[in-house]
Amino acid sequence: MTAPLTAGLLLVALAAVPLLGPPDYLMHVLITVLLTALAGTGWAMMGRYGLVSFGHGAFLGIAAYTMALLWNEAGLTPWLGIPIGMGVAVLAGMLLAYPAFKLRVVGHYFALVTLAAGEIVRILIVAMREHTGGSLGLTPAKPPPGAGWLAMQFDKTGFWYIALIAWALGLVCWFLLDRSMSSRALAAISEDEDAAASIGIRVTSEKMKVTVISVALAALAGALTAQYRQYLNPESLAGLGISLQIVFGAIAGGMYAPIGPTIGAAITIGLEEGLRIFFGTELTGAAPLVYGLLLVMFMLFMPRGIAGLFERRAQRRATPAPAATE
Amino acid sequence: MDPFLLEALVNGILLGGVFALPVLGLNLVFGVVDVVWLCYAELVMVGMYAVWFFYSQMGWPLPLAFAVCIGLVAVLGVLLHLLVVRPLLTQPPINQVLATGGVLFVLQGVATLIFSTEFRALGVDMPPMEVGEVFVSGTKLAAFCAALLGAGALWAFLKFTYVGTAIRAIARDREVMPLMGVDPQRIYLIASAIGGALAGLAACLLIVQLDVHPFVGLSFGPITFMICVMGGLGNMLGGFLAAFLMGLIISVGGFWGTTELSYVVAFAFFIVVMFIRPQGLFAR
Repeated sequence: MTAPLTAGLLLVALAAVPLLGPPDYLMHVLITVLLTALAGTGWAMMGRYGLVSFGHGAFLGIAAYTMALLWNEAGLTPWLGIPIGMGVAVLAGMLLAYPAFKLRVVGHYFALVTLAAGEIVRILIVAMREHTGGSLGLTPAKPPPGAGWLAMQFDKTGFWYIALIAWALGLVCWFLLDRSMSSRALAAISEDEDAAASIGIRVTSEKMKVTVISVALAALAGALTAQYRQYLNPESLAGLGISLQIVFGAIAGGMYAPIGPTIGAAITIGLEEGLRIFFGTELTGAAPLVYGLLLVMFMLFMPRGIAGLFERRAQRRATPAPAATE
Repeated sequence: MDPFLLEALVNGILLGGVFALPVLGLNLVFGVVDVVWLCYAELVMVGMYAVWFFYSQMGWPLPLAFAVCIGLVAVLGVLLHLLVVRPLLTQPPINQVLATGGVLFVLQGVATLIFSTEFRALGVDMPPMEVGEVFVSGTKLAAFCAALLGAGALWAFLKFTYVGTAIRAIARDREVMPLMGVDPQRIYLIASAIGGALAGLAACLLIVQLDVHPFVGLSFGPITFMICVMGGLGNMLGGFLAAFLMGLIISVGGFWGTTELSYVVAFAFFIVVMFIRPQGLFAR
């Protein structure tokens, strides 16, 4: 069976989920998994080529807040607000990435620069509290009666389809990138930048391309998450905490396989929800504890993640694309 | 000069002193072991809880609580090295960073489980002192002096002892030193212990100024990393100077605008520095 056919069947099966009349709670978990998976897929686009960003939370936040503020203050529908928010996030990402790539900020340094950028966005959101509500968060305004579609406020079934389409879009981007020359170029760059440049690969522009895709997907995930929850908060949409969670999900699932970040998202969300169900809210601390332990274990024993276990084509890209050592 | 500006300058220098210790610890570990401990601020957090627990809950005298805290975090540093870092020494650096990032979550989780998310204060305060026309918080001044003492002790250790010399030599050339009869694994352990001890000392100085909660590390962790990188990763003197520079930026920025915006300025400054001098501001 060919890959597109499998993917198509999977999509149809997933699209049929609401028809089975699952409980609301299950739908909620599944939607959250899809949206988290989308953010992780976006992150892994860069991460698998050694561009490890610790600031992707910033792009979730920029897009989500742009969208919500446009709706609350200018009455602009999220249908337009989301693309605009994604545009702003991509612009911010390019503004950061271009000098970083041009000036060859790599490895640890790239991770820390992106970390700083993520923190800047979080603090700015908190500081602009007249508009964003600061640390208390922000709730999108209720639409006029009967205009729920304008405000993009749907029930769980509606959001299931939106999340599903967005998630599939992420995977399509992954496949398209994988088939392009850029993928080969980026793999070469992550092995050795100088060697790649010497055979005529335009290092900066290839990196920029993948950054734009990665940021756009993360931004879409951020805006949709905010829209789904109908609540925005700087801690859950920007800053180091959420950035590390995205990274963890992608790594645990495996960032070298398209389905990896989705597996990772299912694990992180499943873990959080599971711990909450079985231990109650007093044990909220257990969730970071468990997935922190898992992260360490993954790094120690299977750095390619769970999807890596199923990979038969691992030999094709012989090494796990290590980051430039510097 | 405007006394408030002067006060901001003094506070900036005092703040820099507080940043300096974790920066030195991180730089020592990075310079020697070549691994970034992403969970460094969380080690400090554990130390802060230790002081709070032994002093406020067990009723131990403060100096004893401090000593136990420093020892405890030093042991944590050693454990971190043995359990997480050492098995990953041959892996790509990003895997090492992510593994210590996992430890960050573990420490936050453990702290939440044991102490809950409540803010805990030590409730120790010293009267403010008047120096010239400026009022200086006594606790901040004491913490500053202790930080300088700690930094001085570290410098003397690295400069004048045999082990210290070996540590500096390993940091400079990790291929040749084993041939000279230095056991790198042993040096890594010692560096990790000292790195932990410095985090412990930083915890002692922070707990008197700051309430502790499981996520307190996120409030000063990122800036600590930025200072390290700004001074040049592994460059102790550069990191030390950068700590004061960052302290001044934040404090003076807070004088002209809000504290939040001063952090934004500090982070933006860091990014610009990275673009202009990626090897660090004070690289030789």
